[in-house]
Order: sequence, then structure tokens, then C-alpha cells
Amino acid sequence: MYGFEALTFNVHAGYLEAIVRGHRAGLLTAADYNNLCQCETLDDIKMHLSATEYGPYLQNEPSPLHTTTIVEKCTLKLVEDYKHMLCQATEPLSTFLEYITYGHMIDNVVLIVTGTLHERDVQELLEKCHPLGMFDSIATLAVAQNMRELYRLVLVDTPLAPYFSECITSEDLDDMNIEIMRNTLYKAYLEDFYRFCQKLGGATAEIMSDLLSFEADRRAVNISINSIGTELTRDDRKKLYSNFGLLHPYGHEELAVCEDIDQVRGVMEKYPPYQSIFSKLSYGESQMLDKAFYEEEVKRLCLAFEQQFHYGVFFAYMRLREQEIRNLMWISECVAQNQKSRVHDSVVFIF
Amino acid sequence: MDNLPPMDLMRSEKMSFVQLIIPVESAHRAVSYLGELGLLQFRDLNADKSPFQRMFVNQVKRCAEMSRKLRFFKDQISKAGLLSSVRPVTQPDVELEELEIQLAEHENELIEMNANSEKLRQSYNELLEFKIVLQKAGSFLVSSGTHAVSERELDENVYSNDDYVDTASLLEQEMRPGISGQSGLRFISGIISKSKVLRFERMLFRAMRGNMLFNQAPADEEIMDPISSEMVEKTVFVVFFSGEQAKSKILKICEAFGASFYPVPEDITKQRQITREVSSRLDELEVTLDAGIRHRNKALASIGVHLVKWISMVRREKAVYDTLSMLNFDVTKKCLVGEGWCPIFAKAQLQAALQRATFDSNSQVGIIYHVMDAAESPPTYFRTNKFTNAFQEIVDAYGVARYQESNPSVYTVITFPFLFAVMFGDWGHGICLLLGALVLIARESKLGTQKLGSFMEMLYGGRYVLLLMSLFSIYCGLIYNEFFSVPYHIFGLSAYKCRDTTCSEAKTTGLVKYQDPYAFGVDPSWRGSRSELPFLNSLKMKMSILLGVAQMNMGIILSYFNARFFGSSLDIRYQFVPQIIFLNSLFGYLSLLIIIKWCTGSQADLYHVMIYMFLSPTEDLGENQLFWGQRPLQIILLLLAMIAVPWMLFPKPFILKRLHTERFQGRTYGILATSETDLEVEPDSARHYDEDFNFSEVFVHQMIHSIEFVLGAVSNTASYLRLWALSLAHSELSTVFYEKVLLLAWGYDNLVIRLVGLAMFAFATAFILLMMETLSAFLHALRLHWVEFQNKFYHGDGYKFRPFSFATLTEDED
Repeated sequence: MYGFEALTFNVHAGYLEAIVRGHRAGLLTAADYNNLCQCETLDDIKMHLSATEYGPYLQNEPSPLHTTTIVEKCTLKLVEDYKHMLCQATEPLSTFLEYITYGHMIDNVVLIVTGTLHERDVQELLEKCHPLGMFDSIATLAVAQNMRELYRLVLVDTPLAPYFSECITSEDLDDMNIEIMRNTLYKAYLEDFYRFCQKLGGATAEIMSDLLSFEADRRAVNISINSIGTELTRDDRKKLYSNFGLLHPYGHEELAVCEDIDQVRGVMEKYPPYQSIFSKLSYGESQMLDKAFYEEEVKRLCLAFEQQFHYGVFFAYMRLREQEIRNLMWISECVAQNQKSRVHDSVVFIF
Repeated sequence: MDNLPPMDLMRSEKMSFVQLIIPVESAHRAVSYLGELGLLQFRDLNADKSPFQRMFVNQVKRCAEMSRKLRFFKDQISKAGLLSSVRPVTQPDVELEELEIQLAEHENELIEMNANSEKLRQSYNELLEFKIVLQKAGSFLVSSGTHAVSERELDENVYSNDDYVDTASLLEQEMRPGISGQSGLRFISGIISKSKVLRFERMLFRAMRGNMLFNQAPADEEIMDPISSEMVEKTVFVVFFSGEQAKSKILKICEAFGASFYPVPEDITKQRQITREVSSRLDELEVTLDAGIRHRNKALASIGVHLVKWISMVRREKAVYDTLSMLNFDVTKKCLVGEGWCPIFAKAQLQAALQRATFDSNSQVGIIYHVMDAAESPPTYFRTNKFTNAFQEIVDAYGVARYQESNPSVYTVITFPFLFAVMFGDWGHGICLLLGALVLIARESKLGTQKLGSFMEMLYGGRYVLLLMSLFSIYCGLIYNEFFSVPYHIFGLSAYKCRDTTCSEAKTTGLVKYQDPYAFGVDPSWRGSRSELPFLNSLKMKMSILLGVAQMNMGIILSYFNARFFGSSLDIRYQFVPQIIFLNSLFGYLSLLIIIKWCTGSQADLYHVMIYMFLSPTEDLGENQLFWGQRPLQIILLLLAMIAVPWMLFPKPFILKRLHTERFQGRTYGILATSETDLEVEPDSARHYDEDFNFSEVFVHQMIHSIEFVLGAVSNTASYLRLWALSLAHSELSTVFYEKVLLLAWGYDNLVIRLVGLAMFAFATAFILLMMETLSAFLHALRLHWVEFQNKFYHGDGYKFRPFSFATLTEDED
């Protein structure tokens, strides 16, 4: 029904779209970041944030602040925004909103499993989990010894269960396996999300396919770079790439055989949208790649707001807020550790 | 005119732009005195700086920190269920620094006490849970036979962090059974919050592959969660299982679900003994807990005595520092420079306050105070009282008056309630409104202090408007002779009587007039007569036009006073004069005709007169002639109206253009030179007057204005007919409710029907007539003022005077 969203979209999602656009207006601007970057102490940051939408969340924090508190409270704001939207949402928007959190769920599962592997305290691990990716029995993850148990005990109740079917082996959990599990899960998740968006059709499908393809491609690049020099075989590496995106399928063939970062670069430069990202980097450098990708992502997410009557804005808003919280964390860390010269290294301005 | 005493509301206060140069040592005191006075609006001189680059950022931060602590206290006090007292506090003023220290002490004390009581509460909870588990699990064990052996090793972790209960004695009494070999069956008993039971059981089942037995029973008592202090329902469970590996798994799952486990001896005597001991410990703990809470409440109460005062003090301090941050800091001169607006009448008070500040802070140097020129227009400030305030608000809601512009709210005080009453004329309803307004006014002082809902707030704010509205509607109701739509013979007898004694023709043929007209208002005999509606309609319609023309004339006359005040003879000659001629030659003439018709009782058709005045002005009027010389007068008026239109359209823009060219003739070189120097001296673009003159823009503007006026004269006059329409609707509605509900019900000789009818009548009167109709009449009166009246003269593009004042600081500013 492409082109007819305007007729019916507002019946169910109009209110929420208005809400989310209102939230977007509350995102910090470049002027805010400039001011934040000039802060001398964390209290200054708190004072500046008190004039923004984070104000009510930070105002009752006692004075020697920590970076973690700031990040925690800012995340709380995001979570409350999300929960409010989820409560108001009807199908299929509510499913769409739930899809957004699955990524965090995967991260949390991996975090806890890795943590238990290294015999960390479960409570401590739970505190580190992203609140958006929490599910009921997450603490029980610590009980599981191998992937089969993990699936049978805990994950079968979660929305992640179908993704897991692809990676069940009875192998014991070790770091390598967990990382492979994370990427397999992510692959399955992205593909599922992509299919779901395609099913929704219209502007949602169009915009989300762009955003998700970018995500898939970025993951493919990261997997390739990270697996250079490990015992992962080419075929295994290729299995971790999602089956859609701009790089699919020829780019994946080429990425799978890359042996060093310059080869990856060579592959990526064949694709015009990614040319600009890699042209910013000097040869052999991969440090700034993350930032370059984030910048590109933010640009694309902002563009999602240019169209009306689609669900992409919700995804974009959540991602932008997360980026903003990453920025705040970086700035706060720099301020707290007196490394203000490095403030601009990782901050991605949103507007 | 100039000899009259000054009237505050006619025009806004004269303002002056002042600069203060305050030595640093007296700055804080000076600003707080000014805040008490509340008559100076500071200009933000540091608008380009971010909050933490300002001078007094540290103090602002400290205030924010203190208000956070105060919020914490307030929160704690309300959690403890204490009421923060509103008693006047006798404690002398404390310094901010002292207060800061006090607050920090109190906070630490409170946090410590909270931590203690939380710890106590936790151990209390554990014991309570243990007791419940003992009671419940004991019954399972008895029923499940004697095979089970409880897990004994667990209790060490349970009590390890418990300082208040000496667990050793409990432990000693427990026998250490080892692993009883009979069947290898063991159990773990514990407690878990009710919401998690189902998932817990499922997880256990999955983890053990079904090789376990799960028993549960709801706990009788609810247990308080120490963090959220909410009561939580819990469920006691007992899991039977076998094998060492299973045990570690179950323990892990328990941990993950936040279930706590307690050992239960299977021996009944032992159970009883432990239960007894636990109960006695519980009692002890309860006493300690209560004492702790009492102690804490006492501390909170002592804080609560000062809390209100502290909060307002911190709020004031924060406001003072915020204001100080708006001043410029001159490092070399050790002084602060502030700029702002103040009303001229307040100069003496201001200077006195500043002097007092200098004196009180023992400063060597006085505060320098001088008046400056400002490029921007001054703010608008009306000194209102509680009576005029609501009317001023009505006008301000449309737009704040331009500086020194004539203020419509002076006239609104009377015209607004009057126009409302014309639409709401019923003295019965008026009395109801009056009672409501009187209640609000009588309880004014009480209502003023408490927080009201938005609707009550609105009613309370408009209580004097409501009072005048009700008084005028009683007056208009007497004129219309309606009391809940029933006419009364208040002012003597009716002028009409029946033709014969049976009065059978009263509703058909009509009545005969036999004496002088009814003394005041509408004759009650019109009621129910055949010609009631035509008569009332004609009366109300004509009255509406008269009122409308009068009010519009008033508006135009005010534009004359505005023009005279601002010394603009151009506006008088080319705007005011043609406007008043145009309006009066058409609608003023109509009003004249109406009055003549009323006075003479002529049968002339006014529609016909007005229409043919345009269509064929020279034609003979015939039977519609009202007075001698009407035809030539009409022709003259028509000509005047036709002249007035180009008169208000063309001359003004051309004259403005001529004036502009004259002013700058031969000065082109001069201007360039000065503008360059100006730029160097004053880069501030706000102070640079814009002298551009765009003729086409001015002309288009004037054209729009003229067209609006000419069309508006017609449409606005028509708009005043809403007075008639609303009043008609009101009287018809109340007639319907009276006749079709009350009288109909009264016709039955049945108490129930009568009561129902009475209830429906009361309901309809209260909600439809008193509330809805009031609202609609209010809105229409509002529109008549905003649009029809004010667009004749009111610019409404000023901005309000917002002085720095402690009185306006409210709670939600935190």
C-alpha cells in the first residue's frame, strides 16, 4: 500500500509519531556539545544537562558525580521514553518496537555468559546489562554450561529462541564460541528484522531496509577485520555475514578472503556509499573506522526523519539517543580523567 | 484633559532604562533588596555565555545542591507520613553558608539512620521469612514423610551479614545429619516473591529435567521491601531433589531469582524450638526497629519545622545569584554593571533600597545609579489591583499593549460584563451567578493560599469579572423581565389588558393598551402573546446595533487619543477623521433612524430605507420618510462615505513618502559618513535605527488597513447581532426547560414525576444554562472586545514588564 500510509497511518501511530518527533527535538545539538566540551567538572556537565531533557533525571543526584551515574540516568530517560511508546503502541508498531531491543538482548546474553565464564558475580554483571535488553530469567543464564543448556533453560522463553536454532552446538562455551554465537544471533536477528520490515511494506520497508543494510554491512566489515589473524576459516567467516545489504552477495565473497585491513578497504571502496567513509582513513588504520561508521549512521538516521508515516523514526530515534548517550559517556570520561584534548575523538554530533 | 489626575490604567507606566554600577561587596545585598522591592527588570548582559561560564556559577551550583538536599528531606518527610508544619518559625535568619553546613549534617544523619533502619529491616525480614518458612514448610515435611533431610550447610551464608541476631545458638541446636543415605532425597526450603513463583518452578523443572518435587504455599503475612518500602506478597516453597550436582544448580537458580532459602529441621520438636527462638528475636528486633523509626521521625520533624523557610530561602538565594550572573563584571573597577527597566515612580524606592544596601554592607563606595537611553521600546507595566487584574488579563490574552498605548481594559471593566449580560439577561440566573461569585469572594483569602485545580483556578482568578457579570445580568434580566424565563410584575401593572373578561382572545387577537407603558423593561404581558417573538427580536436586534455602533465609535475615538498622545497629526487627519465619518455616515445614520423610529413610533421600514439609500438615493422615500429633509441628508451622507474611503487610503502613504524624502534631501553624503562612524562606535545592531523607507510596502499596508476598515464596518456591525442571537437563544432555552420540563412534570399529580421533573429542571439550569451558556456568552463577549472593539485602535505588540521579584518565585521553578 505504498503511498497510502497518509490515509491510515495516523489512526494508530500518529500520536506516537508526534511523540517521537517531539523527543527528537530534545536531542542535544551541536551548540550543546560545544558547551559540554568546555565543561571543567562533572558537576558542570550535570548543570548543563539540567537544562535539557535529562534534567529531571539528574537533579536528585548528590554532588560528587560519577560517569556511570550520568550514563545510567541518561539511559533511564531513554528507557522510560521507550516504555511509554511501547505502552501506547498497537500492532504492528509494538512488534517493531520490540524488535529494536533484541540487539540489546543479544548483547546482554553474551555479556552474562562471558562474565560467568570468567567467574564474575552475577549481580555485578546484571548491573552492566543494558536495561532495554533485560528479560525475566536473564539471571539464570549463569546456570547454563553449554549452548544447548543455554537454549533449553533460558532462551527458549525469550524472543531470541528462533535465532538460536542456528547456532546450537553442544560445544562448551569459550570466548571464541561466544563471539561466534553473538554474531550468528545478530545475523539471524538482522535478517528477521529485515524480513519483518519488508512485510510491513511502504515507506517503513524502504527506510528500514536502508538502515538495516547499513547495519549489516558494518557488521560484515567489523567481522572481517576482527577475524583477521584468528583461526576462523573463510567459510565460517562468510557464514556470519547477513544475507542482505549492499555487500550481499559479491562483497561478502571478497570480504571472506581478506587477509589484512587494506584488502578490506579495497573491497569496500568499490561501493560508492562506503567510499567516503574509507577515504577519510589513512591506510592501515582501523581506529577511526568506528567513528566514521557512526557518523555515517547518524547521517542516515537523521534522514529517516525527513519522511512521514513510517516506523523508521522510532528506530532512528532510539539509535540517535543511544549515540547521544555514548557521546555523553565519552565527554564525561574525558572530563573526569582530564583528557579534554581527546574529547573530539569519539563524539559524533547529531545535528 | 491634562489637568485630570493621573489614572494608572489609562496608559502603562512610564519606564526608564537605568544602569547600576554596584561595588562587589554590596552586590549580593543590593540585588536581594531589589528582589524584595520587585520593581526592576534586569537585562541579561551575558546572554551569549553558557551557564557555567557565568560569574556566579559556583553559588548557583551550591544552591542547586542545597535544594536537592531539601527535596530529599521533603521526600523523606512525606514518606514518613509527617506533615511539614506551617507554623511561623521563630528561628533567626541563618547565613547561607551556615545553612549549607546544617543541611549537610542533617543529610548525613538521615542517610545513616536510613541505612541503619534498612539493615535492621533486612534482618527483621529475614527472620520473619524464616518464621513463615518454618510454619509452612513444616507442614509439607510432615505430610511428605520422614525421609527428607534438610540442607544444613546453607544457613551460614544466610546469617553471615547479620549483626543483630546471634545465629550461633540457632546453629548449635541443629543437628548435622550428614547425608542421610536412605534414599538420597534432600530438600531446600525457602521463600520467593509471589510474582516469580511460576517462572521459578518452570525453570527448576527444566533444569532438573523433571526430577524434583515442588511444593508451595502462600505466606500469610506480607513482607516489606526495604528499598521501595512496599509490601510484597511471598510464597513459601520446598523443593525435593536428589544429588549433589542438582543442589548446586538449584542454588544458582535460587540466587538468580532472588529467592532466599532457610533450613527447616524435620524434627517437629526442633522446629518448635527454633520457631520459638525466632519469634522472640523477632519481637526484640521489632522493638529496636520501632525505636529507630521514632528517632528518625523526631529528626525529620525537627527538620520539618524549618523546611518551608529553608526552601524559600534557598530559592531566593538561587534567584539572586541567577540575577547576579546577568550583570557584567568589570574586573579592573571591582564592580558589577547592571542594566534594566524600572517604572519612573519607583525611582525613589529603588534608590532608597540601593542606599540601604550600601549602608548595610558597610561599603565604602555607593552604588551608582543613572538613567540611560535605550533603543528598544520599554516594557509595558500596568499597576493593577485584585479587581482590575482579571480584566487586564483578558486584554493581555489578546496581546500586551504597546508601551504607553491607551489601555482598553479601562473600558473593558464595564463593557465586558455588560455585553455578557445582554446575552445572558435573566435575573434568576444572574442571582445564581452572583451567589457563586460572592462565595468565591467571601472565601478569597482562604482560596488564595491553597493550590486549586485548573478550573477552580480560572473561576477564582475571574471572581470579580463574575461578580460584575452577574450584577449586569440581573440588570439586563430586569429589563428583559425574565426570571428563569418567567415574567413578573415588579414595576407596577401591565399596560395591556384583555378585551373582555373571559380573556379568550388574549393569545389570538391580542390585548388592548389601556394605560401608560410599563415602568421599567419589557411589559410582562408580551409573554406568551402572539407577537412576543417579533417584538423581542426587533427590540434586541436594534439594541444590538446601537450598542455595537456605540462601542465601535468608542474604539475609533480611542485611536484619536492614541494619535494625539504620540503626537501624530497625520493619523488624526488621514485615519481618524475619515474613519469616524465613514462609520457614522452609514451605521451612525442607521442608529439615528432606529432612535427616531422608537421615539416617534413610525411604521417606516428601515431595511428599505438603508437599501434604497444605496440603490437609488435620489428617489422619493414615500411612506418610509421619518423626518423632514431625510433625502438630502442621505445623499450628503452617502457622498461623505464615498469620499472617506479614498481619504483614508491615499494621502497617508504619499505624505509619509514626502516627509521621508524631505528629511534626507541633500544629506546623502552626510549619512554615509555618520553611518560608518556609527558602526565603529556602536557595533550593537539593536541600537542602530533602521531608516529604510519602502513606499510600496507602506502603501500596501495602508491599503489593507483601509479595506479592512471599510469591510469591517459592515461585518463588525453585523457581528454585534450576536448579542441578539445569543440572548434569544438563552431565553428560548430557558423557556423550553421551564415549560416543557418543569411545568409538564408539575401537571401530573404524582410526587415522583414532579421530583424527577424538578431534578431535571435543576440539572438543566445548572449545567446547560448556568455553565454552558455562561461560557458561550463569555466567549462571544470576549470576541466582541478583542476583534470588533480593539481592532479599531489597539496594536497590542508590546511586551510585559517582568521585574526581578521574590514574590513571583514559585515552587515549580525548582
